[in-house]
Amino acid sequence: MVMKITLGGISKPHSSKTMKTGDWGTEYPVVDEEKCTACKTCEYLCPDACIVVVEKEDEKKVAVPDYEYCKGCGVCFSVCPVDAIKMELKDIYKLEVC
Amino acid sequence: MEKVVRGFYSIAHSVKLCKPNVIAAYPITPQTEIVENLAEMYANGELGDCEYVTAESEFGAASILVGASAAGARTFTATCSQGLILMSEVLINAAGMRLPIVLVNTNRALSAPLSIWNDHQDSMVLRDGGLMQIHVETNQEAHDMVPVAFKVAEDHKVMLPFMINMDGYKLTHAYEPIDLLEQEMVDTFLPPYNPPVYMTTKDPLTFGSYAPPQYYAEFRVALQNAMERARKVLEKAYKEWAEITGRDWGGHIVAEGVEDADLVAISMGSLTGMVRDVISELRNQGKKVGLLKIRTFRPFPAKEVRGALKDAEKILVFERAVSFGHGGPVGMEVKSACFGLTPEFYSFAVGLGGRDVPREEIVRIISDVYYGKVDQGFHFGTVKPFEEVIV
Repeated sequence: MVMKITLGGISKPHSSKTMKTGDWGTEYPVVDEEKCTACKTCEYLCPDACIVVVEKEDEKKVAVPDYEYCKGCGVCFSVCPVDAIKMELKDIYKLEVC
Repeated sequence: MEKVVRGFYSIAHSVKLCKPNVIAAYPITPQTEIVENLAEMYANGELGDCEYVTAESEFGAASILVGASAAGARTFTATCSQGLILMSEVLINAAGMRLPIVLVNTNRALSAPLSIWNDHQDSMVLRDGGLMQIHVETNQEAHDMVPVAFKVAEDHKVMLPFMINMDGYKLTHAYEPIDLLEQEMVDTFLPPYNPPVYMTTKDPLTFGSYAPPQYYAEFRVALQNAMERARKVLEKAYKEWAEITGRDWGGHIVAEGVEDADLVAISMGSLTGMVRDVISELRNQGKKVGLLKIRTFRPFPAKEVRGALKDAEKILVFERAVSFGHGGPVGMEVKSACFGLTPEFYSFAVGLGGRDVPREEIVRIISDVYYGKVDQGFHFGTVKPFEEVIV
């Protein structure tokens, strides 16, 4: 099958929906829902709009990372005023050192 | 209409007749007067449907043109030296995005130490960036190559940025009688830009978007293919230009008296005139010497260069730049084009940072090579003995 490429790498809007970039990072953020106060500091400061405060079924609001696009930069972890976010190493980067 | 004008104006007048839609520029010696002339034309309402944007830097100027070109505009800028390398991040992107931006680079040395004078170090840094590059010998040639640049860059078989290199000061500041083009002549040669794709606010697009390893290589192959196609498109445009204007600047190269020459001297840009003068005098004295002027630098006309040098016993390249840690950048290309042939090879870097290249220096270098008085390989022209000391 012949692959089709566009002149100059031009793409139409929304093509990033099919181009996931969440596998770039080494670490990923984990939100402690008990500690999270839904203050939105992380939401405002995430450079890739990858963490958003949403309302859960029990009406509690918490920050939820989008792992399909999160690059694991750790900004949310750094700015969280209540230390509700920690960064964890992805399993594929965990090495057993003998 | 023939008029005595400076190199700056020879470019600006030609750009005006090409009816650009967006010009964005930032001043830098020895280019500034080109865009000053254009700014004056713009202020006088002579540029028609054109936006002239004074950018905050060369990076900004090139970025504005990338946006304008992606929106389907015919775009122009001029720069050189530090300005060109500040633009380089954007221009290399423009090549990948296949945007036909035309720019004039008024060749100037690179810092450090700071020099505002002429050599070819700046454009050589852009050698591998995917821009077409030509070098002109005179202001008339510079004047004539602007419409050619737009025509070739905007050809759908090509779609690449085009850089016209003209020597700073030597050409830009020189007054010469120029046969200024008429609008009708340019209109006959250059059709309005017909972009194969462009974005609007209603139909937004991303240019040069992310290509992961499984896609990236194909885009780069496509760029290389476009460069290869540009050879023919450019050659055809050179010919068509000669037919329309009666001024034939030649093809990718101009070979003069190389058929029976034992020694062929190679030059690019304004130095060629002096080399031609010396070669012609030596031929009158019965010496078998020839001249090869390289006009197109990217795509590099390897086949033509090899053809012109196939019978030469000695090849001598006059370099205007240095690839530090190796040698002269033009000589490197020439050697690669001549792979398998076995001429003696000499290359001399002259006129770095605007140092005067007197006629005697050209005569001395050619004679030394002709009579076998120097070793093969890369040399510098006239340099004073020096010692490097700590302050």
